[in-house]
Amino acid sequence: MLRSSQPLTGPNRKRCREDEMLLGTVLGEGERGFIIDTRSAQAAKQARMTGGGTEPKSSYLQWRRLHRPLERGRPLQESFVKLVEACNDASNNMDRWLSRLESCRWLSHVKAALSTACLAAQCMDREEASVLVHGAEGTDTTLLVTALAQVILDPSCRTLAGFQGLLEREWIEAGHPFHLRCARSAYSHARLKQEAPLFLLFLDCMWQLSRQFPFSLEFGERLLLTLFDNAYASAYGTFLCNNEKERRESTHSLWACLNQPGEKKKYLNPLYSPNALVIWPSVEPQSIQLWQGLFFRWIRSSQYLDEAWAEIQRLAESN
Amino acid sequence: VENVRLLDRLSSRKAALGTLYLTATHVIFVENGSETRKETWVLHSQISSIEKQATTASGCPLLIRCKNFQVIQLVIPQERDCHDVYISLIRLARPVKYEELYCFSFNPKLDKEEREQGWKLVDLNEEYNRMGIPNNYWQISNVNRDYGVCDSYPTELYVPKSATAHIIVGSSKFRSRRRFPALSYYCKDNNASICRSSQPLSGFSARCLEDEQMLQAIRKANPGSDFLYVVDTRPKLNAMANRAAGKGYENEDNYSNIKFQFIGIENIHVMRNSLQKMLEVCELKSPSMSDFLWGLENSGWLKHIKAIMDAGIFIAKAVAEEGVSVLVHCSDGWDRTAQVCSVASLILDPYYRTMKGFMVLIEKDWVSFGHKFNHRYGNLDGDPKEISPVIDQFIECVWQLMEQFPCAFEFNERFLIHIQHHVYSCQFGNFLCNSQKERRELKIQERTYSLWDHLWKNRADYLNPLYRSDHSQTQGTLRPQMAPCNFLYKFWSGMYNRFEKGLHPRQSVTDYLMAVKEETQQLEEELEVLGERLVNLQKLQLNDNKVKSTQQDRSKQLGLSSSNNSLANTPQEYSNDLKSFPSRSPSQGDEEDSALILTQDNLKSSDPDLSANSDQESGVEDLSCRSPSGGGCLPSEDSGKDSDEAVFPAV
Repeated sequence: MLRSSQPLTGPNRKRCREDEMLLGTVLGEGERGFIIDTRSAQAAKQARMTGGGTEPKSSYLQWRRLHRPLERGRPLQESFVKLVEACNDASNNMDRWLSRLESCRWLSHVKAALSTACLAAQCMDREEASVLVHGAEGTDTTLLVTALAQVILDPSCRTLAGFQGLLEREWIEAGHPFHLRCARSAYSHARLKQEAPLFLLFLDCMWQLSRQFPFSLEFGERLLLTLFDNAYASAYGTFLCNNEKERRESTHSLWACLNQPGEKKKYLNPLYSPNALVIWPSVEPQSIQLWQGLFFRWIRSSQYLDEAWAEIQRLAESN
Repeated sequence: VENVRLLDRLSSRKAALGTLYLTATHVIFVENGSETRKETWVLHSQISSIEKQATTASGCPLLIRCKNFQVIQLVIPQERDCHDVYISLIRLARPVKYEELYCFSFNPKLDKEEREQGWKLVDLNEEYNRMGIPNNYWQISNVNRDYGVCDSYPTELYVPKSATAHIIVGSSKFRSRRRFPALSYYCKDNNASICRSSQPLSGFSARCLEDEQMLQAIRKANPGSDFLYVVDTRPKLNAMANRAAGKGYENEDNYSNIKFQFIGIENIHVMRNSLQKMLEVCELKSPSMSDFLWGLENSGWLKHIKAIMDAGIFIAKAVAEEGVSVLVHCSDGWDRTAQVCSVASLILDPYYRTMKGFMVLIEKDWVSFGHKFNHRYGNLDGDPKEISPVIDQFIECVWQLMEQFPCAFEFNERFLIHIQHHVYSCQFGNFLCNSQKERRELKIQERTYSLWDHLWKNRADYLNPLYRSDHSQTQGTLRPQMAPCNFLYKFWSGMYNRFEKGLHPRQSVTDYLMAVKEETQQLEEELEVLGERLVNLQKLQLNDNKVKSTQQDRSKQLGLSSSNNSLANTPQEYSNDLKSFPSRSPSQGDEEDSALILTQDNLKSSDPDLSANSDQESGVEDLSCRSPSGGGCLPSEDSGKDSDEAVFPAV
């Protein structure tokens, strides 16, 4: 699986031999690959006007392009803001809850992200084909897809250490601009242009996976919530910058803190049992639920659910 | 019929080819060729409707919808065969006599005494004793011993000490269907009680001294409170409309010291349509998130569930926090009243959250108090307007509570699902007929078996591993949030998409934890035994005998595989067909995937005669929905390897 940003085809349909060769070397004789473009076909085409574009079929013969538009940028931030508003609404009216949930479209984004990641995984696992993922910049929806696909495919990404490695590789080193994307979160009135909750969307998809495969992740919801918190405001420097170049060495790493034996225990899943197989989530609407642990975290008590988890932990440990 | 195909809703590619069999009790599909010989069994009594769809090049599609929400889509090669099957199923799924029902032929190979013992498992007299009755305030009354006062009530009822036979009889004449106020639940800590009845025949101005005395007696049976709540679970408009028909509700001016309250829950017609709409959403092919959420909201289903729950919470609070007794009724006091009383009882009393207690609760508030099982769930072919998912809603309320309080119930989701299944299966005699009187006339207990006995024998499958009787969640009353909490109500895909395996987590946390719990228990017991043995051996050692310690590494033994690593789960169709790769998504259906067809002959063109219904209200019936009894019924029992269904005896 490869990732990149969009090719700079531009309105004059420029070609680049080196780029074609690079992609050519990935595939063997007669093999084919898939390009998953996270923009709609139309958006991708329009990108040519501003210097971007798509890989022309004639120059990349062995590659087949698929478009799976994933929301990003301002619309995604709006979706997040609307959802949080709906969750905070204290009116008791059941009538409107579901349509409000629908109109913010957050769950649709979760479904789309998981579906696209599954598609990428399916290309590799079932079709045994290589995959290239890119959107426009290669720093947002691209990373969402590649990271999720790896969790689906690779059991080592589902261990605590492996997941940390995945985050380092696919989000931090790959240059997701955390500083810009995770600036103010949902309550702020300042609607910053570059702010967008891609990382939260990724964590939400991870939560969906943990719900559908309760034994297959070595970590639990608590880790996901901690990562969410630290992406926006943190005592550690892990999510501080926009890319590796900007990174400063004078801060402490979140991983170092989380991996201390006393801390680590809190984040482990008591039901974990290594699953060597690929995990294929269901993306039917019934299977995708609202992440209550995050969106209702401050609104309703989680006492009874916490007690249940404590009981699960106790049972697992007593054995 | 051979060469029949069984389609899968989620994946049009996963069609199975096999042979279809029709027996006296079941429809059975047996898959060809597979070594496992996968079989799909459907009980005729489970069939809700059958739809013959337009013949296509690949054959004649037949869609069977079941009352337990299984949907079976078959494709039969010859139109003639399809028609034969269709006609046969319609007849088989609409029994006319009780004797045709499965429970009269079902044979679990128990002798007469075992059968009798099975029926004795749940004893209501014991239950009222447990509550603390009879006592200074409440007594048993046999005024209805020959069903002379009310034929839908049981022979034994509990009434306030000061309610004489004269008062009871007088009150019964002033209540719809003669269903006078009687005790449902008594709280011995504060003497508050929940009583239930039907609506008074008050019209606009009628009064009845005995009925007023009856309510007074109930109030007086609770010396800790100087007033009584009267809760009418109908929407105010409907209750008011009933006055024009000579019925209605209690006037606070006429009844001393009552506080009257409407808590609107819609009628059986609205609920029937609501379920209908929700099931249509479940049948959508490749729905988007929007389709699903809109459809769910449009059905109103979760709104109704919440309404029932809110009513139960109100009553529980009145009893537990205010110490005030409550009289609950709806129209006839056998639908919404049953739902609301049993939800309140569950919240109030931890006993009903145990497995045995739950069986007792259903036996008390549903079976003994004359909930019309036959009419509501169509044991026999009857009026489609009487059909309504009343107990299904109650069972879902229990599930919603279980989701909010995971440690509070002794039983698990599977218990609820199996009970729901058997309400419709007619495999056991508990849920037959419309009243205790009818069941006794038919000698049900001598001719059929009890579901409770069957479930109790298999109780290991139904336990909740997180339940501990000493846990704080299991003690005392539950405290469900009332507001804001709309979001707490989830769509129950375990029930409504029960048979779609691809939708559910493949690994059951409940089963794993139960296995862990059992293993831990076994190990602890073994440890005890070994400990004792060690002590004995140490004593023997004094005689210079060789001692072998028999400790093994148990942890490796039981091989608890929480994840069934040998069976990978398969991807669903994330993209219609990976080979052809349409560039658009969602996936497009092909010819066989016909959308739900509303058959015109199921829509009644004239206004239904509501006076013939039990629920005499000017309730609005939504005529745009398909009536569920448009065809025959095919029950289905999956006797495959799935442990979920392992409990069902196939024959």
